[in-house]
Amino acid sequence: MARPSYDVIVVGAGLHGLSCALNLAREGLKVVALDKDHPGRHASGVNAGGVRRLGRHEAELPLSVAALEIWHRIEQEVGDSCGFVACDQIKVAENLSEAEALQARVQRLRQLGYDHEQWIDEDELKRRVPAVAGHCVGALLCAGDGSANPFRTVMAFRRAALSAGVEIRENCPVQALRAAGSGWRVDTPDGPVDGGAVVNCAGAWGNNIARALGEPVPVTAAALMLMITERLAPFLSPVLGAAGRTLSFKQFDNGTLLIGGGHRGTAQPECNRSRVRFAGLRISAQTVGALFPQLADVRVVRSWAGLEGMMPDHIPVIGPSGRAEGVYHAFGFCGHGFQLAPITGRIMADLLVRGQSSLPIEAFRIQRFAGIADTAAVDTPEQRISA
Amino acid sequence: MRGTPTVADPVPLLIMGAGPAGLAAAQEAVAAGVGALLLDEQPTGGGQIYRSLGEASGERQKTLGADYAAGAPLLGVLSDQGLDHQPGATVWEVTPEGSVYYTREGQARAVSAEQLILCSGALERPMPFPGWTLPGVMTCGAAQILLKGAGVFPARGAVLAGSGPLLLLLAKQLIGAGARLVAVVDTTPADNYRAALMHLPKALRTPGYLLKGLSMIRTLSASGVPWYRGASGLEAIGDDAVAALRFKVRGRQHEVVCGNLFLHQGVVPNVQLSRSLGLEHRWDQLQRCWRPSLDDWGASDLERVAVAGDGAGIMGARAAEAHGRLAALGALKRLGVLSENERDRRAAGPRGVYRREILPRPFLDRLYQPHPDYLHPADDTIVCRCEEVTAGQIRKYVELGCLGPNQAKAFGRSGMGPCQGRVCGLSVSEIIAQARGVPLEEVGYYRIRPPIKPVTLGELATLEQPEDA
Amino acid sequence: MTFDGRTIEARGGDSVAAALIAAGVTETRTTPVSGAARGPYCMMGVCFECLMEIDGVQNVQGCMVQVREGMSVRSMAGARTVSDAGNTHGG
Repeated sequence: MARPSYDVIVVGAGLHGLSCALNLAREGLKVVALDKDHPGRHASGVNAGGVRRLGRHEAELPLSVAALEIWHRIEQEVGDSCGFVACDQIKVAENLSEAEALQARVQRLRQLGYDHEQWIDEDELKRRVPAVAGHCVGALLCAGDGSANPFRTVMAFRRAALSAGVEIRENCPVQALRAAGSGWRVDTPDGPVDGGAVVNCAGAWGNNIARALGEPVPVTAAALMLMITERLAPFLSPVLGAAGRTLSFKQFDNGTLLIGGGHRGTAQPECNRSRVRFAGLRISAQTVGALFPQLADVRVVRSWAGLEGMMPDHIPVIGPSGRAEGVYHAFGFCGHGFQLAPITGRIMADLLVRGQSSLPIEAFRIQRFAGIADTAAVDTPEQRISA
Repeated sequence: MRGTPTVADPVPLLIMGAGPAGLAAAQEAVAAGVGALLLDEQPTGGGQIYRSLGEASGERQKTLGADYAAGAPLLGVLSDQGLDHQPGATVWEVTPEGSVYYTREGQARAVSAEQLILCSGALERPMPFPGWTLPGVMTCGAAQILLKGAGVFPARGAVLAGSGPLLLLLAKQLIGAGARLVAVVDTTPADNYRAALMHLPKALRTPGYLLKGLSMIRTLSASGVPWYRGASGLEAIGDDAVAALRFKVRGRQHEVVCGNLFLHQGVVPNVQLSRSLGLEHRWDQLQRCWRPSLDDWGASDLERVAVAGDGAGIMGARAAEAHGRLAALGALKRLGVLSENERDRRAAGPRGVYRREILPRPFLDRLYQPHPDYLHPADDTIVCRCEEVTAGQIRKYVELGCLGPNQAKAFGRSGMGPCQGRVCGLSVSEIIAQARGVPLEEVGYYRIRPPIKPVTLGELATLEQPEDA
Repeated sequence: MTFDGRTIEARGGDSVAAALIAAGVTETRTTPVSGAARGPYCMMGVCFECLMEIDGVQNVQGCMVQVREGMSVRSMAGARTVSDAGNTHGG
């Protein structure tokens, strides 16, 4: 049997795929990354660019903390600042009950050994965000968090991966996956590709491979929406969220405001499309209005939605396949994967090269979905992969 | 009196734009007894060509010419009880399922319709050159709007610069209005006259246009106003406002002092709505613009959506009117209100008018093809006015690997300002195509995303009747 | 109406931008990007050059609003400004 041409085939060259490919190549492995479109086409390129540890699910905390360390030296990592600004992240409490919940969270995190989230009182909040509405009573502050430019980040990881010797094939969908000899073979329109191992970073389409291996997962495609406004004079420094509302709100250097927060448009993953729904954007606008009523006359100039992979328990799938030797998964980051991308690659390198992750990833194992019916929405005959 | 339309209760026919195409479409709907909703951004109907016609005095109409006054019969439909005309309504989203979102008097709301006709008309083609962003520099269309409005015209000397039928028409109108017209600087390349000759026979079959053109030429020639032809190398000079225009004719440098400079390089279809719907568009090399792909009834590849008038392709007011009728008749047949035979019977007249009125187009399109100076401006010329991105910066993006106007948004901010690419779109695509050495069709155009016109956070927050409230 | 404090005569039915041009005003804003002087360009709502503050509301297209007796118009200097909390927006 012929030796595989590559040590690793990474399926999906979005940010997580590129991070995995980069880290594996730096370990001396021969890597090819296959993408059915091009890097940044979906979740990677259209998200809010939030770089935060703030508000993370407990299972993600160690990963997020480790990832932020990389973000603070991202220029060394990938040769570009990625537009990263450590402008802090803040989550506002609008009433006492929310304040108590946030303060309880700070206590909980302290117990777990984390002190990156701190409670700030009303005076401190208003000192940092003078424009915020009067009724806000305080906030969680995560100093050192911030935001970056998603497209620029994708391009930087792509360049770094290429420099490290990764081969990237765009417009190259994976049509079938099967075991071949001691490794794996994927079929593409350009012919078969053989690799010793496969890493599934196919995002909203991650179940195509998982299902083919007999371990389906209920990942669905969500079209999370964003809006951007006309330029405004600078008035907001940190990235802002709210305890009781879905919101991610930040002001770029050029003065425009990016308003996100997880309201969903219409997703059509089978044709790579998504459309905004103004019913949802209305809620985003109302949310902004509740926290910043003086912005009522500010104009929205553009809105868009990407396609992101969502999991029912709001945390991704990361780890080795439960069914197939030499296949690994990292997908389904539920609209909060951007900040984690640098560490996903490290984890994957640990798994493939050293056989285990130095960070705890038990919570993300694919086996947690064993026994759940295959309900994934990304489902057309063309996209089904045979194993 | 009809109540406010809602999403839950679709109207049979929704027309966007009250220019000649939209008004004519509305007339057909009313004649067929179908309730139509006509949304228009301006406070009064008529579009741009018949702007303020309803309020124009006899004297103003005379100054502006017979073609302007000829629009009057169309305006009558606006007071017909069978039509729901909503002026001052800015449409900012249209969905393929037929929902239309708009803001009127500060209130945002949604309606839905079974059939939609987009009659967005045309925009001025961008004419970027050094100094074109100075205060006091405007388009010839803007000059006409000033004339058609209160009829007041700036007292300082006006210079007209560019190419196209509107240039001559405006010159004639200004002379007739007694405005101080300092010079007409015509940039039509000499080659264009020769190249357009092959289309002349067809154009002569509708002699009216050409006779009008000759009349405009006669008026201008007789007026004593300097008319420079074959001008190039335009540069607008001034500190905080335009003070003069420099240009070259046959190698000789000229400079004319002006208080206002009015530019024109033809008009192109306004494709913001049609593109945001995802309709297929094709590049028209003769008109040098994008047009939606439509059938003989103006119907698009979306079953609910038709496009009529200049927004379908530059055709002129008379053809736009006929085209609007055809689009409405097509929609009425799709609604089941007219049988195919009845539709065809009513369409026979407009079809004939349309075919006749577009005969001069190839001649005019070739004659007035834009000068390469404005398709591929010098490096330091601003092309995206909103974000002040220059042609040179766009060329640099191409060197860095930018393949098209959408990618350009990742390198810089062209197309990301409040005008949403309306002014710079064609320029950016032309510059990238030339820099890459590929046809313009390959480079494409900005992906247009809603809102199609900026909408305030306050309006969005109080949006009435969103699709799935 | 007034423009940056100066009284301007306008005719009913005129847009604010048209009234200003008729009164000899050409510059109505400076850009947020470089502070360059700009004025109305297309007069039909397409170009967004004629952004002005009208009766306290910033960044309104002057060519799309009709003049009213006593209207207060100001030029825009750069980007829209945002007030601190506690100030209601201009209406």
